[in-house]
Parts: sequence; C-alpha cells; structure tokens
Amino acid sequence: MTSVLDTVLAIDLLNIMLLTVLFMTAIAVARMNSLFAIVMLSGVFSLTSATWFVALDAVDVAFTEASVGAGISTALFLGAMLLTARSAKPVRREAQLLPLLVVVATGAVLIYASLDLPQFGDPASPANTYVGVSYLERTVDEIGIPNVVTAVLASYRGFDTLGEVGVVYSAGLAVVLLLGIGERSLGANPHKLDESGQSEGDHHVVLRVVSKPLLPIVVLFGLYVQFHGDFGPGGGFQAGVILAVSVILHALIFGLGAAMRAVSPGFARGLAGFGFLLYAGIGVWALAMGGDFLDYDALFNEPPGGHLGQHWGIILIELGVLFAVAGSMVAIFYAFAGRVSEIRDEDW
Amino acid sequence: MAEFILERGNYWAIVGLMMIGLYIAFSPTNLIKRLIGLGMFQTSIILFYITLARIDGGTAPILYGVDDPKAQGGHGGHEDAGHGETTHGETGSGEAGLDALAGHDASAGQPVDAQDVPEALQHIAESAHDAAAAAHGAGFEHVYSNPLPHVLMLTAIVVGVATLAVGLGIIARIREAYGTIEMDEIRAMDIELALSEVSEQPGEQTVEKGAGV
Repeated sequence: MTSVLDTVLAIDLLNIMLLTVLFMTAIAVARMNSLFAIVMLSGVFSLTSATWFVALDAVDVAFTEASVGAGISTALFLGAMLLTARSAKPVRREAQLLPLLVVVATGAVLIYASLDLPQFGDPASPANTYVGVSYLERTVDEIGIPNVVTAVLASYRGFDTLGEVGVVYSAGLAVVLLLGIGERSLGANPHKLDESGQSEGDHHVVLRVVSKPLLPIVVLFGLYVQFHGDFGPGGGFQAGVILAVSVILHALIFGLGAAMRAVSPGFARGLAGFGFLLYAGIGVWALAMGGDFLDYDALFNEPPGGHLGQHWGIILIELGVLFAVAGSMVAIFYAFAGRVSEIRDEDW
Repeated sequence: MAEFILERGNYWAIVGLMMIGLYIAFSPTNLIKRLIGLGMFQTSIILFYITLARIDGGTAPILYGVDDPKAQGGHGGHEDAGHGETTHGETGSGEAGLDALAGHDASAGQPVDAQDVPEALQHIAESAHDAAAAAHGAGFEHVYSNPLPHVLMLTAIVVGVATLAVGLGIIARIREAYGTIEMDEIRAMDIELALSEVSEQPGEQTVEKGAGV
C-alpha cells in the first residue's frame, strides 16, 4: 500500500514540477520582446508538455508533440523570423489592460465550469467509458495489433485521418502558393547561396563533422518509428516529421543548395501528393473488392477473424501518411528557406 | 476539501496556461508573437484532453503481456467467448454508473451544505470507480488509459503545425507588402492609404493602387 502511495506522490511531484516549468516558460514568453528567445522558449514549452504527456500515459501524443511542436514548428518559426523581424515591439501598458481583463474573466468562467468535471484519473467518467473502452476491447479481435492508438487512427477512424492528411497536403500547397517554390530563388543566385553554405560550413567544422554520421541515424530512427508504429508508440505522422527534420538539419548545416541537390523540391512536392493518393487508393481498393471505403477487411476477401487485410491496410496507409507529411513539411521548409535571399536589404 | 482541490488542480493549472496563451495571442501587436500564443493555447487544450483520458493505475494504451494479440493468437474460439463476456461486463458497469449518476442528481437537488457536496461526490466516485475497475478488469490483465483522445489530439497537433505554416507564410507576405509585422503600424498604413484614396482624383487613384501592388 505504501509503495502505491509513494508512486502516486512521485507522480504528483512530477506533475507539479513540469507545470511549474510550463508556467515559467509561458510567463517568460509573455514578457519578452526578442523573437528569437520567444521562439526558442515556445520549443521548450512544447518539449516540457511532451514530457508531461508521457507522465499522463499518452506516449503517441508525446512523440508527436516532441517531433512536431519542438522540432518542425521551431524550424518554421525561425524561417519566418528570418523573413520578417528579430524583435517584437513592446506593448504599451494601457493597451495591456483590456486583454488582461478579458483573460481573467474567461479564466474565472472556465474554472467555475471545471467544478463539474469528473475527478482526475476517474475511470468511470463519461469520456472514459463508452467508445474509448470499446475500441480497446475490440482491437484484439478485429485489428490484431497491440498499439490501440494506431488501430483507432488507421483503421477505426481511417476516414478522419485521410482528411487530416488532406489538410497537411493542402497546407503545403497553400504555403507554396504564398511563398513560391524554393528552387526559383536558388536558380536566381546559385553562387551566393552556394558560397554562403560553404562559408557556414567553414565556420562550423565541428558541427559538420558531428552531424554527418548523425543524419543517417536520424533517417534510420524515422524508419523504425514508421514500421514499429503497430507495436509501440509511433506511426506515419511522427516518422514523416522526423524524416523531414533530417532534410531540414542537412539544409541548416550544409546549406540549402546541398539539401536541394539531395532531395529536390519537386520530389518533395510529388511525394506529398503521392502519399495522399496512396492513402485514398487503399480506400478505392477496398471499394473495388466489394467492401466499404477504407474497410481493410475486404482487401483480400479473407474469412472473418483473419487479420491479413487489416495489417496490410494499416501498413500501406501509414506509408501514405509518411509520404504526405514528409513531403509537405520539406516543401514548406523549402518555400520559407528559398525566400530568405530575396530580402536582405531592410532594417536588420 | 483538500481532496477536491487536488483532484481538479490539474484542470485549473491547465486553465491558467490556456489563459496565458490567450493573453499572448491577443495582447501583443507583433504577428509572430501572436501565433506563438495561439500555439501555446492549442497545446494547453491538448493537455486538457489528455488529462481527461488518464485512468488511475492505468498505462499507455499499447496492449502488452497477456493482453497482446500475438500472445493470444491461435485459438480464435476462446477469444470470441472472452469477447462476449467482456461486452456483458461492460453493459453491467454502464448501468451501475447510470445509477450512481442518478443518485448524484437526487442528492444535488436537495439543499445540502457546501461542505457535504465534495464528500458525496467522493463517495459516488469511489463506488463508480469500483464498478469501472470491474469492467476494465473483465477484458484485460492490465488497465489502459483511454486511447480515443490520444488519437484525436495526435492528429490535432499535426493539423496545428500545418495551419501554423500557412499563417507564417501569410505573415511573411505581409512583411514584404508593408515592411513591418506590427499590427498597429499595418493598420495605420491601411487607414492612411484609404484616406489618401478618398481625397485624390479617380484617375490618380488607380495609379496609386498600381504602385502599391
């Protein structure tokens, strides 16, 4: 009994510690004006909340938050910062008053509403009883893979996930439409970019030497996350982001030109579209075999109880997710990074 | 009372974080800082959902040990029987939960002291806890947290970064068009342009517009 109490106490202490870090980070972001510091602190905020997700048993969410929130988001913010400004204008004191009032009032209303919420960790709360439990119980018989989060994501709610992959793809498309495709700026002044990449490398020899063997390991880890997603935390979203991060790392250290030679912007955009089509194609395959859209049981017309269709369906659509996410993220990064050289003249 | 506060302290802390995020999202004039506030607001909401999905004594929703489908493979008939039992147990607990809820409503309808309510809630929660523990124990060796909010929040994070990228792209274009990303300066420029357009001749207005683009 004491050991159980000790565990509960330890988890409470961990919660309090992580929450303290989160609060300090958030308040620091609110008070600061240097955009670089703000962006870095928002990465810290994401990473700390990812740690808290692990303490709350949500390992898949923690994985996604760590790779997306702390990884890609920070890189995108830095890219946008390079295009815009280095510091924010401090807010006038009298202009802070109204937002503060609104925020305090909203917070008071939300805390009043939270009095009716079920207690923390309550297994009988409405959120934890009906559909969530039934997914857990049915996964063993119907899907046959241990990671229930992947089963729900890829099979039970496969249609939702298709929509989300579509959102990621169209976001990539929108950014390319807004900022232009990356290689145009590269073609405009290839020497300048190449030169800057070269000089960057000369300044950071240690970084270059260390990162060179690291990059293949990052890619290998991404592939592990992809193909181990059925059995442990991970899946197409996380793996796609990790693969995109490896390309971004390459671009940051060896220069944009080198990264574009390794993974061309056209390939990245094509990969994104191909991933979405692969995902939708599995749905059409199931339709052609006489099942419903994305009903993997119909893929091989196997007798009930067989899991072959589910296994193959999940692996293939996770591949589609991987391609779409990795391609879109790399295309978005190229769009931001390829534009940098065009504005260098104004006030910073 | 202390118990009541401890059980809901998580929610209040998350509301606090959410409000700081909201403040950052609409107090500063800098557009990038606003987007960062929006991101923190979103992360807090995700924290809230994940907090709701946690179950006491539970673990991550990845079946392991005896519960692993690989460990049970090979005897489908037995599995089916177990499944039937499980659904039965689940409906039973659902009824128990409903009864507990009805009891709660009845007690809440009567005028009770503020001190008594948390205790009554605690009691009901405990009885419901037992019923649910029975239901969770019926199917599995271990207790797992609720996987559904995890799935929804996982995809929300990815969609969040996609929309963030579009927002940052728009901000980059705003910087190119206006030379600044401070909202008050952008608004001042817009007003100035609009006023000059009103005062000028129609012919000059088109020229001005063309130059602006």
